[in-house]
Amino acid sequence: MTTRYFIPRDTTALAVGAQSVADALSQALQGQEDVTIVRNGSRGAFWLEPLLEIERNGERVGFGPVSVADVPTILALGPSDQAGHPLYLGPVEAHPWFAGQQRLTFARAGLDDPLCLEAYLARHGFDGLEHAVHLPQADIVDEITRSGLRGRGGAAFPAGIKWRTVMEAAGDEKYVVCNADEGDSGTFADRLLMEADPYQLIEGMAIAGVAVGARQGYIYLRSEYPHAWDVLHKAIAKAEAAGYLGEGICDSDKHFHLELRLGAGAYICGEETALLESLEGRRGMVRAKPPLPAHQGLFGKPTVVNNVLTLAATSSIMADGAEAYAALGAARSLGTLTVQLAGNIRRGGLVEVPYGMSLRELIEQFGGGTRSGRPVRAIQVGGPLGAYLPESLWDTPLDYEAMAAVGGMLGHGGVVVFDDTVDMAEQARFAMAFCAQESCGKCTPCRVGSVRGVEVIDRIIAREEPEQNIDLLHDLCDTMEAASLCAMGGLTPHPVRSALRHFPQDFN
Amino acid sequence: MDPQRLLAQLLCQYEGMPGGLLPLLQAIQEDFGFIPRESVPAIAQVMNLSAAEVHGVISFYHDLRTEEAGRHTLQICCAESCQAAGGRALEARAQEVLGIGFGETTGDGAVTLEAVYCLGNCACSPSLRIGNNTWARVDTALLDSLIAQLRSAEVLS
Ligand SMILES: Cc1cc2nc3c(=O)[nH]c(=O)nc-3n(C[C@H](O)[C@H](O)[C@H](O)COP(=O)(O)O)c2cc1C
Ligand code: SF4
Ligand code: FES
Repeated sequence: MTTRYFIPRDTTALAVGAQSVADALSQALQGQEDVTIVRNGSRGAFWLEPLLEIERNGERVGFGPVSVADVPTILALGPSDQAGHPLYLGPVEAHPWFAGQQRLTFARAGLDDPLCLEAYLARHGFDGLEHAVHLPQADIVDEITRSGLRGRGGAAFPAGIKWRTVMEAAGDEKYVVCNADEGDSGTFADRLLMEADPYQLIEGMAIAGVAVGARQGYIYLRSEYPHAWDVLHKAIAKAEAAGYLGEGICDSDKHFHLELRLGAGAYICGEETALLESLEGRRGMVRAKPPLPAHQGLFGKPTVVNNVLTLAATSSIMADGAEAYAALGAARSLGTLTVQLAGNIRRGGLVEVPYGMSLRELIEQFGGGTRSGRPVRAIQVGGPLGAYLPESLWDTPLDYEAMAAVGGMLGHGGVVVFDDTVDMAEQARFAMAFCAQESCGKCTPCRVGSVRGVEVIDRIIAREEPEQNIDLLHDLCDTMEAASLCAMGGLTPHPVRSALRHFPQDFN
Repeated sequence: MDPQRLLAQLLCQYEGMPGGLLPLLQAIQEDFGFIPRESVPAIAQVMNLSAAEVHGVISFYHDLRTEEAGRHTLQICCAESCQAAGGRALEARAQEVLGIGFGETTGDGAVTLEAVYCLGNCACSPSLRIGNNTWARVDTALLDSLIAQLRSAEVLS
């Protein structure tokens, strides 16, 4: 019976040394029979990476975090005495960090070689697409609508409504565009999915194409993700060769072609209309809405733009049904919530849980507190346009509506933890500086307001007429909120104001 | 290959691709290390654009450059998750050790220093990237040793 060794090829796993562990492993196993090394994706427990898993006689157990020096000590043990190793974790899914999760979109992440099509099929991959190609378009859209799936890119717009608009739009040239720009600091869920389970995204895009009647899709991937590029590039070619992309997919009369395009380092290109401009080969300038991309999107044609996780989720909805998806979650937040624990955190990684868990539970139960060992002071949720939350708000349930009620935003689910050494005036300054740096420049409140914002905060930090300058900063925020064309200028006041409101002592 | 022929080949390859300007510019930069200013008129012609439009696109994207970079590019993540984990110290240290600011290249042509905003490695911040390799939980000692290796012309990536 073959023994299989799993060592991830994921970006973060590699960044903490997975390649040298893999090299040490292959050297140590050289000449041995019946052993295979699998370069899997990561399961997202990045604090345990490099996570080495060994599968013998159908039992798979983990060790982590493993260094090169640990490799011989682990290999020296057999099934009977391996549990005595200090890095032994047992079967990884049974580890408390995973047992408390509800993995749906990330159920396959880290289990197999991400490019192994047979492994994907063995885990019910392409079931959703096989089902969808034989349904009338409207039935697919209905299924997605009934599931309650909301966009995971930030705005939480119902996916079914968007798809229906594109399906009903006139014209026979339509597009499906995957937003894989994942620019928010503190987020890596899209990256993990693309690197660990790329076929799920491909399947979701093909389902979207069949549903709305689009024959061409694009993935717009940020250039900061070279490994995701490599995996997707190969996965698309393999899916094409196997008949899941291209002409007559799944032996049906439906066609769907998929092309991978690379961003060029511009945060604003995550905004859907700027993304479309960029895909068309222009500067990533935000377009005024209306027209909505669903009516006039890429090259002026009706276009679905969805986030990676939104598209991926449609594969399990089509495979298992809308009701199974909607049975998870609560109120208007259905399905599962993907959060990414980041910043100053001991056990950073990807956590997929039912909606409604509080920040405090997340940070304590999964995050294990700060890496520095100091008390948590502020948590930024929802990326650079999200609010900084003080301890008094950490019991807020994590769903879209509850977060909005306290002036926060779930966004793409980034949770960035800061300890008590943080200077919140510096963080407020950074929010404005980032906006100034990344603004597309189309409207004055954002382009000029953010530059002025930096100057004003600099004066506050230098203790020059702090009261007047704080008033001025509020006025600037009012203008940006009221008169910006998109959420870049419109939401930058969120982190700034939350810092002012909840951490006033840092400003005087 | 002769640069003229290489350029002509790339222009041919991307001509007619819908929205092909950005992929073309990226391909040129991949092969030449930067986008030679002399190539802009030819790019404009093939893509049916004005030279000003092509320049407009090049200047919009942080990744695109019209001048040669150093032999290595060191990208330090300057976004929030990395700030929370000590990234601000790395930003300062890199500038101090290299004696240059972000967007600049050392006099010996060894290193170009760039700011990036998130490498998707935030569970193990702070991060930096050299070539296609990302480093995690970087401290000043690791940063110093990586810079020393870059300077001594050891190829890391
Ligand atoms: C400044 C800005 C940046 C954005 N960045 C992203 C991003 O990186 N990824 C993403 O999926 N959506 C991003 N969005 C949201 C998109 O505009 C859009 O709502 C989303 O792609 C729609 O897909 P969804 O409905 O599946 O979420 C951004 C929006 C703004 C205003
Ligand atoms: S708010 Fe900023 S990023 Fe958005 S359109 Fe205006 S200038 Fe561009
Ligand atoms: S913020 Fe630095 S890697 Fe994400």
